[in-house]
This record gives sequence, structure tokens and C-alpha cells, in this order.
Amino acid sequence: MKVHEYQARELLRSAGIPVPPSEVIDNPNQAPQAYLRLGSETVVVKAQVHAGGRGKAGYVQLVTSADEAKSHAARMFASPMVSKQTGPQGVQVHKILMAPAVDIAREFYVSVVVDRARRVPVLMASSEGGVEIEEVAARNPDAIKKAWFHPHLGLSTFQARALAAAIGLSRAKAKAAADIMYKLARLFQEKDCSLAEINPLVETAAGEILAIDAKFNFDDNALCRHPDIAALFDPSEENPAELQAKEHNLSYIALDGNIGCLVNGAGLAMSTMDIIKLHGGSPANFLDVGGSVTPEGAVEAFRIILADPKVKAVLVNIFGGIAKCDVIADALIKAAKEVGFNVPVVVRLEGTNVDVARKMLAEAKVPQLRSATDLTDAAKKVVAAL
Amino acid sequence: MSILIDKSTRVICQGITGKAGAFHTAQCLEYGTKIVGGCTPGKGGTKSEHGLPVFDTCHEAVAATGANATMIFVPAGGAAEAAMEAADAGIRLVVLITEGIPTLDMVRARKYLDDTGVRLIGPNCPGIITPGQCKIGIMPGYIHKPPTRGSKNVGIISRSGTLTYEAVWQCSERGLAQTTCVGIGGDPVKGLNFIELLDLFQADAETHAIVMIGEIGGSDEEQAAAHIKQHVTKPVIAFIAGQTAPPGKRMGHAGAIISGGEGTAQSKIAALRAAGITVSDSPATLGEAVAGVLR
Repeated sequence: MKVHEYQARELLRSAGIPVPPSEVIDNPNQAPQAYLRLGSETVVVKAQVHAGGRGKAGYVQLVTSADEAKSHAARMFASPMVSKQTGPQGVQVHKILMAPAVDIAREFYVSVVVDRARRVPVLMASSEGGVEIEEVAARNPDAIKKAWFHPHLGLSTFQARALAAAIGLSRAKAKAAADIMYKLARLFQEKDCSLAEINPLVETAAGEILAIDAKFNFDDNALCRHPDIAALFDPSEENPAELQAKEHNLSYIALDGNIGCLVNGAGLAMSTMDIIKLHGGSPANFLDVGGSVTPEGAVEAFRIILADPKVKAVLVNIFGGIAKCDVIADALIKAAKEVGFNVPVVVRLEGTNVDVARKMLAEAKVPQLRSATDLTDAAKKVVAAL
Repeated sequence: MSILIDKSTRVICQGITGKAGAFHTAQCLEYGTKIVGGCTPGKGGTKSEHGLPVFDTCHEAVAATGANATMIFVPAGGAAEAAMEAADAGIRLVVLITEGIPTLDMVRARKYLDDTGVRLIGPNCPGIITPGQCKIGIMPGYIHKPPTRGSKNVGIISRSGTLTYEAVWQCSERGLAQTTCVGIGGDPVKGLNFIELLDLFQADAETHAIVMIGEIGGSDEEQAAAHIKQHVTKPVIAFIAGQTAPPGKRMGHAGAIISGGEGTAQSKIAALRAAGITVSDSPATLGEAVAGVLR
């Protein structure tokens, strides 16, 4: 789960990490007062959306008066932000963060993620702050210094101190930066983060060490034990169909193509998308109905797929293991009645109870259904059905 | 032969009185697995619906039954703890089926298991099967084909459940038997990985070829490719799922995500091909590819 920048700043504050003061507004009329409260001439106005590319889209703006703050806030609230990451429809801005512009002497990068290869969290720091870490990793990997956590003890203070020194902070400043790194590492573990990033961490002209911008992602599987974090969820940032699917224990991701997919198992669902592409088609979605799928869940899956106006054909690919083919066949027949098929549906069933399922489908005589003998046949048939 | 499990493996089920635990215990028993008991805290001293003894702790279960492997269906919040309990009780192979375990729980559990020398399979996996001998997990038993005299046999390692069934089915249909099939799971932090299992299959005289099924996310396949080039002489046939997956999205599995340009299918396929490994373009032609290599 992602959170907004203003929420990330609050988390840093609660962990005792120094963050400049800020104000959050949800309509442009609040902007002038917020500007005055901040008491700084130059203030940065930042739209609070999860998508990146805010600066280029004009949704991060420096202002020098209350009026200017209001007019830029009004502009950001009025029209959705469109960036490379949002798609052409853009995302609506619901909140804006305002903070005093900081006189920056140097910028650094600090983050914590899980290193999958070593199977432990790793603290990463770099003297190249303010740019994407992937860019630094590609251009100058030696600039990224790392300290791996002990799986049971967590990060030690000596590791944080060593890292702060390694990125070129003076002795006097390294102590403050190490304290921030250590606290960030603790926060990462305490709140089950998958990413905790401060970028940039700055040394100001006045010699302070401050966190200017932060990004947090949380492990969805651990949210149940962090109600405070779960409460930060912003459904307006999510695809409505993906949310609807989640409520029914379906794993669904909307894509750009026109062939809807209904599959059991994540790996098979991914490779069903791949084989559609291999045969010249384009998948409209990823959908894993899971192993313990019920007929109701499968009907809901059809409802979600068919609600997408781009969908011109559907491929059902089930390898019955724990999920049984007859359950899917039953759901197909019910969905045909309850949801109605307005496009061709190609069905490939294999595995547990497949004979019963085939018989059920044959007897139901749903006109839009076409059966396929194997995966290649199914992919070819669904592409031909467009 | 086989790897990790055979007909002598003695298995307990942690979470045997739960719905999934009870159902799959029955399925494994029917397949012929020696399940010797189960654990559910608070239900010790009773019998499971299969007539097996239920214990409060793994220590009691191991002492009473001599179990050396466990199949865990404990809910996500307590599953990592259950794995550590099994290791502490002297179990040597932990098969963790549970999906949705917090990653940092697995970081801690994996270290604990490593320190005790216990092997872990999973989590978020279908389990492991040595066809005809022992099934510890949720895979449909009947699609598998045990080796027979003169048969060509493959070992299978996979990050995906149903995709493994697909591969097994395609092999069985072509008369290719399986020595052992291991679902290593779809989580970012897990137990046995491609490399350890490749070594085990390389050392197993009965395994003639190895199928490895990877997917987007992480760099396990790239590391495996480098390892195969150095240490594996048997033919390896690979498939990577997620060639059309968009970056930044978790594709069902917690570990299946392309982040920061890392973990793409294209990178994995390139690394595997560069190491001389046959990579199937389509999930539908895996069996054919294996048959081609073993002909």
C-alpha cells in the first residue's frame, strides 16, 4: 500500500526525524492562510497524488505570495494531473501540501528496502540526492552505499554511523544523519514497510539536516497488525475495478488490451497474458481467481471483466487443481444468465473434474461459448474471435 | 530416486484441524503420504477427522511420531512462528503452504531455520511431490507420472502453482515422468531457491532434465542462470511468466513485481539463453521442449 507525501512526513515526525513544517489543504481557499502560517516568503505547493512526474506536469510549484499560492492551488484542484505515470485520463488532486522552501546546501538519498537476494532489509544511502535512485544505480552504482540488517537485531547504530560517513557528511553532520537513518530503519521494521525512502535528505545552508520529501510503501500482508497505517489508505488513488475485485478475494489488474482473461493461479494468469500476446492479441487484464474460488466469486470475476468496455472477447483458462473445473463451468453458466455475454468467450479447462465440467457446458448450450482443446488452441481462437 | 522426500518421509500437518489443513491432509493420505499426526494448539490429545493424533506442540508431535517433515496450513499471522516451532522441535523439512505472510516475518523465520540447518519450501507455494511416493502440498496428485524402468524423468522447480501443474501435465502426456516437483513459492523472501534445488537434481541419478519455471520480480533466475553455466551439466528447460506484465504492479504473487527496471521477464530470458538454457516462448510448449531435449 502506498501513502501520500503528507502522510509520509507525519510518519517521519512521529519517529522523531526532523521534517520542515508543512500545511495540508483540501481546497484553494485554505491556501492563503496556510501560506501565512508557514511564515516563509517562498513556499512550495505540491499536489498530493501517488503518481510520479509531478514536477514536470506543473503540480509542484514555488510561490512567493498568498495570492499566488491560492491561484496555483486552484489550478491543481481544478484539473486532473497528467504525467507519464498516470495515463491520459490523469489523476484528480484531493489534497495539497504546502511547505517553506528550504535553502539547500547538499542533497542526499536514504532508503530502506528488502534485499531479496540476501533476504534481509538493507539501508541504502547516496550523496546523489534529489534524483531517482534507479538513475544513480545505472549511472554511478558506486555512489550507493549499503548496510544490511541483522534479521533478528535490525540495523545497528554503528552501521548507520558508518553509512553517514561513507556518503561524505562532515563529522558534525554525520551524527545527525546517522540518527535519522537509524530511526528510519526502526520505522521500516516496526511498521512492516516495503519501502521507506527520504529523498532528498538535505543539509541546509544553515547546517541543519532535514528530510524534505519521503515515500513509504507498506507490506499489504502486514496491514492487519497496523490499523494506524491501514487507516491511511486512499481509495481514490485506486482503480475501482481492482478495488471491487479485492473485495471478492480476486486478484485483478486492469491493462490496455481487448481480451479479458479469467485464470486460476498467478503464474498461469501471467502466462495466459503472454500467450495471447504471442499469438497477436492484447490482454485487457490480469485476473487470478485463486484456488478456493466459489461460483459466486467466479461470477463476480465475469462481471468485472465484462464491465470493461474495451473487452471484445474473453479467454477462460483453468487448470483445475484445488480449484475445480465444475465450479468454473457452473459459474460460466450462471454468469451467462446473470451478467450476459455480449462478446465471445473461449474456454479452456483441464484438470480436476474436467469431464463433468465439459458435459455441463455442452448441455447448457451457451451460444457465445467456444471450447478450446489446449492453451495454444485457446489463444488462437480468442484472437480470431475479435 | 528423488530429492528431499520419498516414501519413508514421516509428515505432520500444522493446522490439521483447520478447513484447508484437514482437506489436504486427507488428499495427501489418499496419495500415499505417511502423515503421522498433526498440531493444533489447544486440541492436543484429540484425534483428527482422519483418525490421526493431534498434539498441542510440534515437540510432542515429533517425540510421539518420529516425524521429520511438516506441512503448514497455519493462518498467515502465525505461520512464520509455526515454521520456527517445527525447526525447534527437530523437523528437518518445513513445507509452508500459507499465502500472505508478512515479508519481515519470513526474514526472521528464514534466518532461524538457516541457523538450525532446516530446509524450508515456500511460503505461498503448492508444496513438493515425489510422484508415486510422497505428496506434501496441495497439488493434484493424479497429473503426475512416477518414474518407471527406462522412463525419461524430469525434475521441476517452479515459482508458480498452476503453471507447474501445466508443465507436469504436458510432460506426463508425453510419457515423461517426474522424479520430484518443487513449488518454491511466489513470495519475495522464501526458503529453497532455484540454485539449491538445481544442485540436488544435478546430483540425483534418476533425473535426466530439469524444468525451471520463473516469473517476473527479483533476480533469482539470473543468479540461477549463472549457476547453471558453472555447475549444472543436465539439460535445463525454462519458462518465465510475465513477459507482458506492466512495471510497478504486483501480479498476484507478492514477489512478482518489476520495480526500478529490475526483475523483467526479458532480462531473465536473456540471462538464461546466454547461459545456454532452452527457454520456451510459450507456456503451452514446455512439454514439447522437454521431449525435444530428451529425445
